[in-house]
Amino acid sequence: MLRFILARLGGTLAVLILVAVMVFALTRLASGDPIALLLGDQATAEDIAQARVQYGLDKPLLTQFGYWIKEVAQGNLGQSIFLQRPVTQALAERAEPTFFLATFAVTIAALIGIPCGLIAAVWRGRLVDQIFSAVAMLGASVPSFWMGLILIQVFAVWLGWFPASGYGDPGVPFIERLHHLVLPATVLGVLNSALIIRFTRASVLDILNEDYVRTARSKGLSERVVILKHVLRNALVPIVTVLGLTLALMIGGAVVTETVFNLPGVGNLVVRAVLRRDYPVIQGTLLVIAGIYVLINLVIDLIYMIVDPRIRV
Amino acid sequence: MDQFIYVLKRLFSRRVVLLAALMLLAVTALAIFFPMFSSVDPNAIAVMDRLKAPSAAHWAGTDELGRDLAMRIVYGGRYSIMIGIATAFFSVIAGTALGLLAGFFRKLDAPIMRVIDAMMSFPDILLGISLVSILGASLWNVVLALAIVYTPRVARVVRASTLVIRELLFVDAARALGVSTPRILYAHILPNLMSPVLVQLTFIFAYAILAEAGLSFLGVGVPPEIPTWGTMIASSLQYADRAFWTIVFPGIAIILTALSLQIVGDGVRDLLDPKLRKSA
Repeated sequence: MLRFILARLGGTLAVLILVAVMVFALTRLASGDPIALLLGDQATAEDIAQARVQYGLDKPLLTQFGYWIKEVAQGNLGQSIFLQRPVTQALAERAEPTFFLATFAVTIAALIGIPCGLIAAVWRGRLVDQIFSAVAMLGASVPSFWMGLILIQVFAVWLGWFPASGYGDPGVPFIERLHHLVLPATVLGVLNSALIIRFTRASVLDILNEDYVRTARSKGLSERVVILKHVLRNALVPIVTVLGLTLALMIGGAVVTETVFNLPGVGNLVVRAVLRRDYPVIQGTLLVIAGIYVLINLVIDLIYMIVDPRIRV
Repeated sequence: MDQFIYVLKRLFSRRVVLLAALMLLAVTALAIFFPMFSSVDPNAIAVMDRLKAPSAAHWAGTDELGRDLAMRIVYGGRYSIMIGIATAFFSVIAGTALGLLAGFFRKLDAPIMRVIDAMMSFPDILLGISLVSILGASLWNVVLALAIVYTPRVARVVRASTLVIRELLFVDAARALGVSTPRILYAHILPNLMSPVLVQLTFIFAYAILAEAGLSFLGVGVPPEIPTWGTMIASSLQYADRAFWTIVFPGIAIILTALSLQIVGDGVRDLLDPKLRKSA
């Protein structure tokens, strides 16, 4: 068992290093000299040369990479060019809306996806299965910003039930914040429920074929007990995994939705950084987001290894 | 040829798949041929007609410059569909090459797959905007960026299939007969990968159309003067509350196309392997 854990840890470390190399390479390949950008039009060639030395940009790339990694390992992601503060601080300020949005959205996705997927699997091939499967495919075909714009128009502009954008003024009560999150979370939740419906259906169908389900039925248990206790409970393990990964991907993947609703979250931070070529922010945020995803993946795998002995074989 | 007709018959025995395929055919044919035979200029500006609601003269209304929206959706289809096809094509080629190498040569497996894992740990749209910002916003750079985003997906599927095919008897037989490794890859393994790759192709086609629209919305996509369905919505954003149709109709074009592609892709997958349906 220890050997498997060590192998998995080694793999994760390799992926993390590769992620760091990619993030570093992405920003170094970018057109435009970050120093010229930083110093503005007034800078002389001499100023630029001096700044290059100061930021270590005259050193070989490998040295620069090593220096950057050392800083990152100490929790220093650099200084934002436009926000005039450390990237870690900018990230921390943006973490809250994104975290609650992602949690809210995954809850909605689970509440829609698990029951619909279960029903589709139990009545496989019937009309209800076809309808839910069609809805799942439709969900995967709708652009998130488009659905956001439609919801804003209907529920904010015409009906006035929810705010169209923002996260409320600083210091408003939490319930007010949640009110702001209803529409964006609905967009993300409904669209992601498509994946959960498909996954739940597939997972439940797998379990329905198991011997122990036949045993439970032949014992004379009611269908309700068989489905809810014997099938759903076992099917939930992979479903919860997918929900966890969806949550991880939403931390950085809610970019579009955050922009539609003008939420001051992590995705919004990245988009603005990209538009202004604020490379330290792009670099730091990408690294943190990808790192979180890799680590959540690792944790899920390790839990599986401990819970399910078949995986170790 | 008979076999091909048989496959099509089985594929279209499900009405939905037939409907989706016809829908795709119609959208593509309209986008390709309509501009050839129409004298109407989709970029003709008519200030008097700006932001007109849908009517008999303008089925889908007009946009902020008085341009006929229905016409622009047809023209926009050209670019959106082209971006979708090109992205799917490039990512399938790169992904198949990587997956084949990783699946066939044990020594290459770990290095290639760790790179793929690393690429997949970035959310799609985030990797997309970062790449476009580096490459610069142009039509082909959007295609290139999206192709890079979707390559790992194909590579994973192809590697998994290659691992299975590699162990089959006919590969052993070919090797025993002294067939060279490149020829085994090309003539014996590659043809057997076609079905999973085809399924990926249709799905990536759909994802790319959606992603292009998302990038355009964020302002890091195709330049606004190229009328894709995405740029059409993006440029009409500020008029959304007054002229809602400028948002609704291009969006419906995206949804119908993406949905049709996914239905066809799903149909092909069911046809090729009924067992795969469970793990969809």
